[in-house]
Amino acid sequence: MFLKLVPRAEHSRKMAYLSPLLAGVLTLITGGVFFYLQGHDPFFALKTMLYTPISDTYGLAELCVKTTPILLCAIGLAIVFKAQVWNIGAEGQLLIGGLAASALAVNIIEVEAAWAMPAVMLAGIAGGALWALLAAWLKTHFNANEILTTIMFNYIALNLLIFSVHGPLKDPDGYNFPESAMFGDASLLPILVEDTRVHAGILFALLAVVIIWVLLARSFIGFQIKVLGLDASAARLAGFKDKKLVWITMLISGGLAGLAGAGEVAGPIGQLVPQISPGYGYAAIIVAFLGRLHPVGILFASLLMALIYMGGEMAQIELNMPLAITGLFQGMLLFYLLACDVLIGYKIKFPWSGMDTVTSRAEQH
Amino acid sequence: MKKIVLKKFLTGLMAAVAIVAALGVQAAEPFKVGFVYVGPIGDHGWSYQHDQGRLALEKHFGDKVKTTYVENVPEGADAERVIRNLAKTGHDLIFTTSFGFMNPTLKVAKRFPKVTFEHATGYKLSKNVGTYISNTYEGRYIAGFTAAKMTKSNKIGFIASFPIPEVIRDINAVQLALNKYNPDAELKIIWVNSWFDPGKEADAANAMMDQGVDIILQHTDSPAAMQAADRRGAFAVGQASDMSKFGKKAHIFSVVDNWSPFYIKRVQQVMDGTWKSEDHWGGMAEEEIVIPEFSDSIPADIVAEAQALIAQIKAGTLHPFAGPIKNKAGELIVAEGEILPHADLAGINWFVEGVPSEIPK
Repeated sequence: MFLKLVPRAEHSRKMAYLSPLLAGVLTLITGGVFFYLQGHDPFFALKTMLYTPISDTYGLAELCVKTTPILLCAIGLAIVFKAQVWNIGAEGQLLIGGLAASALAVNIIEVEAAWAMPAVMLAGIAGGALWALLAAWLKTHFNANEILTTIMFNYIALNLLIFSVHGPLKDPDGYNFPESAMFGDASLLPILVEDTRVHAGILFALLAVVIIWVLLARSFIGFQIKVLGLDASAARLAGFKDKKLVWITMLISGGLAGLAGAGEVAGPIGQLVPQISPGYGYAAIIVAFLGRLHPVGILFASLLMALIYMGGEMAQIELNMPLAITGLFQGMLLFYLLACDVLIGYKIKFPWSGMDTVTSRAEQH
Repeated sequence: MKKIVLKKFLTGLMAAVAIVAALGVQAAEPFKVGFVYVGPIGDHGWSYQHDQGRLALEKHFGDKVKTTYVENVPEGADAERVIRNLAKTGHDLIFTTSFGFMNPTLKVAKRFPKVTFEHATGYKLSKNVGTYISNTYEGRYIAGFTAAKMTKSNKIGFIASFPIPEVIRDINAVQLALNKYNPDAELKIIWVNSWFDPGKEADAANAMMDQGVDIILQHTDSPAAMQAADRRGAFAVGQASDMSKFGKKAHIFSVVDNWSPFYIKRVQQVMDGTWKSEDHWGGMAEEEIVIPEFSDSIPADIVAEAQALIAQIKAGTLHPFAGPIKNKAGELIVAEGEILPHADLAGINWFVEGVPSEIPK
């Protein structure tokens, strides 16, 4: 190897907060160069991807629609990840939430009472939370690795959903097509701005941001969670019940993912379909880290992620670029973020540079 | 005097402006057609064939038409935004090419009454939404005939996706051909609950061949079954696109969805202002279902007979769903001399006599 990575003696806090911004700027520059090489005007192409989709009321409303499920999942992940509990199962929890909400909604299509919508949301929260608690139970009782169990529960959830939509929840008047009946109006989330699809789900998501922020920054539980994440044995020594914290964090994260699922079926979709999530639960993992596990950071990261999805669609429509553009931008963003993080923790030692870096390394170890 | 001159001058100017504007509009604005695909255009199955139709449009109309596509659109909350953005960006005609786009298409269509929408494989129409589907059962009938004549083990496999009317219809078409041309042949159906899952499709093909199946038909999109059949010396019929390159020995023919004639016709109608919302069914007569070629492994007399059947289907003298047709319980559903109408075929949820398994609930 010609280049070596040498740990830095001190990590810059300022850079740790700046690196997501830096990653964003580097993504824009690389994206621009890429568009230029493809024969597009880079400024026009970037404008098409990142501004055109949100240039009117409908676009802004759609940004909220797209952000809602990602934000709800990611904000829940912030709290589990802080506790170093690796819930990779937001996707499955979202699906079960959507399934539970639909199971209730298709049975109360005729109901016009005001309790219908809150009941559907609560069913979603309960579904997602229960699904997460299964993994929590396996972890606390059998010491089963939650990364593996939550991933596997994602597949079970998907197949349960597919089974239900082909079976018990299928629309009896739908010619055997795998869709539920359309929900009754009272079960649907109210629309916030007329002639758009932005629904009350975004308010739930923003409320969750505030609550989780307060919980992490101001509450004793939040303190316990952070200590558990930083040093599990110290947490135990201090008398914090680590198993209880696993249950609480999984409960919150699963419930929020379940709410995201309920918000999709009772929001923009309006019925249960086989594909209620194009991978929001997985995207939320990237978003949680992009936002530095901080509620406000996650809010911005969710908006950015949603915008990239929408920009990818717009690039196909206006520039005739393929869908790969979406993955390319998400990938670049993550790559630059990780690269910036590496350079915060380490510096590059060139073969021709002096001995000083080596001594600093020796001092550290 | 001055006033009159000025007036004349102004009228002339206005006329000139009007003419230039009219010419300008005609020359500058191509007719915009949008496509929404559920899969990637490289899937070599469903979405690929629709994209071939789109390319045929560009070739046929040249500069007069501009096409746009959005691929891999999830059949969830995103579909409505994609369709709406196409409508908003001045597309005059939008084809939404998968069943899951039905309700989003109708929702957007309501807000954009001047835009025309065509939704594939759905069952809901509105003032500016038409639906279209191809008579895949005609090709399936030919596949059933060929399988009936060629099987040595009298066991024929059918890899099925989902128990929706389209698939049930096609299984029935195969069984009707078997009933007529080889009543001893048995149809073995495996449901894989996916449109595209090469692993499951290959597993299904292998399980069938373990049971002695020697000809495999499929209502799924990947070439995995074709490849599996090729490895083990069985025959297979390709689905949706020409799959000959995936099984040199196994491939006997492919039933290809050819959307080009329909797309060209619809675009012309919307441009001319003669488009009407309707439920379109197109088959061999319209060249929307084609069998490009028969392989040499089929005996010449069977090929000749199959081609004669195709000619009869095209001429309208043979219809796979012509009576008498009984259901599994033995009740006569379609009487002699009658044909099961499209309205019933669209929602068909029963198997014809002879299908050995039940429809999964």
